[in-house]
Amino acid sequence: MSILVIADHDNGSLKPVTLNVLSAAKAIGGDIDVLVAGEGCSAVAEVVAKADGVAKVLVADNAAYGHQLAENLSLLVADLGKGYSHVLTSAGTTGKDFLPRVAALLDVAQISDIIKVESADTFVRPIYAGNAIATVQSSDAIKVITVRGTAFDPVSAEGGSASVESIDNVQDAGISSFVSEEMAKSDRPELTAADIVISGGRGMQNGDNFKILESVADKLGAAVGASRAAVDAGFVPNDMQVGQTGKIVAPNLYIAVGISGAIQHLAGMSGSKVIVAINKDEEAPIFQVADYGLVADLFEAVPELDAAL
Amino acid sequence: MKVLVAVKRVIDYNVKVRVKADNTGVDLTNIKMAMNPFCEIAVEEAVRLKEKGVATEIVVVSIGPKVAQEQIRTALALGADRGILVETDEEVQSLQAAKLLKAIVDEEQPQLVILGKQSIDTDNNQTGQMLAALAGMAQGTFASEVVVEGDKVNVTREIDGGLMTVGLSLPAVVTTDLRLNEPRYASLPNIMKAKKKPLDTKSPADLGVDIANTLKITKVEEPPVRSAGVKVADVAELVDKLKNEAKVI
Ligand SMILES: Cc1cc2nc3c(=O)[nH]c(=O)nc-3n(C[C@H](O)[C@H](O)[C@H](O)COP(=O)(O)OP(=O)(O)OC[C@H]3O[C@@H](n4cnc5c(N)ncnc54)[C@H](O)[C@@H]3O)c2cc1C
Ligand SMILES: Nc1ncnc2c1ncn2[C@@H]1O[C@H](COP(=O)(O)O)[C@@H](O)[C@H]1O
Repeated sequence: MSILVIADHDNGSLKPVTLNVLSAAKAIGGDIDVLVAGEGCSAVAEVVAKADGVAKVLVADNAAYGHQLAENLSLLVADLGKGYSHVLTSAGTTGKDFLPRVAALLDVAQISDIIKVESADTFVRPIYAGNAIATVQSSDAIKVITVRGTAFDPVSAEGGSASVESIDNVQDAGISSFVSEEMAKSDRPELTAADIVISGGRGMQNGDNFKILESVADKLGAAVGASRAAVDAGFVPNDMQVGQTGKIVAPNLYIAVGISGAIQHLAGMSGSKVIVAINKDEEAPIFQVADYGLVADLFEAVPELDAAL
Repeated sequence: MKVLVAVKRVIDYNVKVRVKADNTGVDLTNIKMAMNPFCEIAVEEAVRLKEKGVATEIVVVSIGPKVAQEQIRTALALGADRGILVETDEEVQSLQAAKLLKAIVDEEQPQLVILGKQSIDTDNNQTGQMLAALAGMAQGTFASEVVVEGDKVNVTREIDGGLMTVGLSLPAVVTTDLRLNEPRYASLPNIMKAKKKPLDTKSPADLGVDIANTLKITKVEEPPVRSAGVKVADVAELVDKLKNEAKVI
């Protein structure tokens, strides 16, 4: 078995989820190589070379890969992937964008969003918004897989000493280009990696009111999330959406504020260890999954919580 | 320009599925079916492009059993011009769906292909990207804005961390995210009119595509159930429980 893991990074730093993907790779077993494709990304390669269990780091440093454009990246990964039994990356928006192209170019299926490795050819993944859990066996020669980071404990970032090798493989499909980017800036922890998440829903009424959640979040070192309704209404940016079609989180503590608990929202947070719901409607479905439910007006309860911390 | 839209028949998004007792799958008997919500957004986007004079014809395609005609008719009632059903009773996985769509693309030569980003049954999020790779096209996935200008399309994408805009040469593939638009409802007169719009049926064999799967679902289980916990009386009790019982703060 030989596994190629595609690192998640922003050219400057490695995204921690890569360590979770490495953990899934370890569960499969075999030699693990990591590809860092980007532009000016050598620092990332140095960092990932220290991660536990990595045999070799391949660095493809070229402008064609600078923005992780799927058209270019997929050609590179499909080319390299031919030499491996498994190709893995995280189920973030970058992996979801380029990896299905890789699978198609290799003429194999993709197994999306796995949460468990049963064996080298059998994996577990949620379907129907997490209302069913499927065990899937692949007969493809190369298994192409996206990994749900929160389902795997990260490998240690230290202790490894992989070799770093530059590869000269420039693939530029020439059909797409980067135009612009608008990234939300935040000093808070990243949603999918945070120990505590506090999310607001339609009950927040407007974007300004999210300040009361942010104040609690800062005291707890928490990330702030949202329901689709809050994002659609324009209260907060899209990357804060938790759910079936947003981010999947599994913190130690999830606090849902003014969120009713639709199945699509639960799909994104029901793996949390402890769930708290604050909602003024005692019939809200969120209370059926909450360990601690507080039936209250959030505009009273949240400031009180803030003061109590 | 011609726009091709792929729509999938799936379980209605309001229905909570039940896993079959023998763990072979989910129970779909007598379950309400509908167009995948992301495909509704895809149809709406195509119709808006036509209303703006950018699109000249909208062809909608679905792969599935005969009853998937219902979802094609819905798309026709919303403003698509004609439909193609690739009829099969077999389970079609994403790679095979992408190959069938590629064959349709070869025949129809659309400038833009719009798909949903994800089916809400398999939660795969693959088909559009696979089609784009097979057809050698650029892709704008998880789109929240689509702007066609000449022989290019700019797509704003919802990505982790924010928004990213890419410029793509046409023909291209777009997959829709939730905030691209808000789909309209079909009016009764349009539903009547849709019955007269052309709907072709083809088989995978007609298209020369082998739909044999390589992924086998060996087991389908209920997720671990979470049971409701306790209601706390006030914030003080909540903080106490979180500190001393759950020990999470
Ligand atoms: C294809 C598809 C994908 C989807 N994906 C997602 C997804 O990824 N994530 C997601 O979240 N949703 C998703 N949804 C939407 C989902 O179905 C729900 O519509 C959404 O989660 C509702 O958000 P909400 O709970 O904030 O709003 P609502 O359902 O309107 O609930 C608001 C809640 O706030 C409470 N409230 C109001 N005022 C107060 C107050 N002053 N104090 C206390 N409580 C108050 C109310 O009692 C109510 O329970 C998806 C839907 C579809 C069709
Ligand atoms: N059987 C199908 N028929 C038509 N379109 C499909 C089919 N399967 C997938 N698609 C399209 O591909 C999108 C993504 O599906 P998936 O990759 O299965 O999550 C859907 O929203 C549809 O637009």
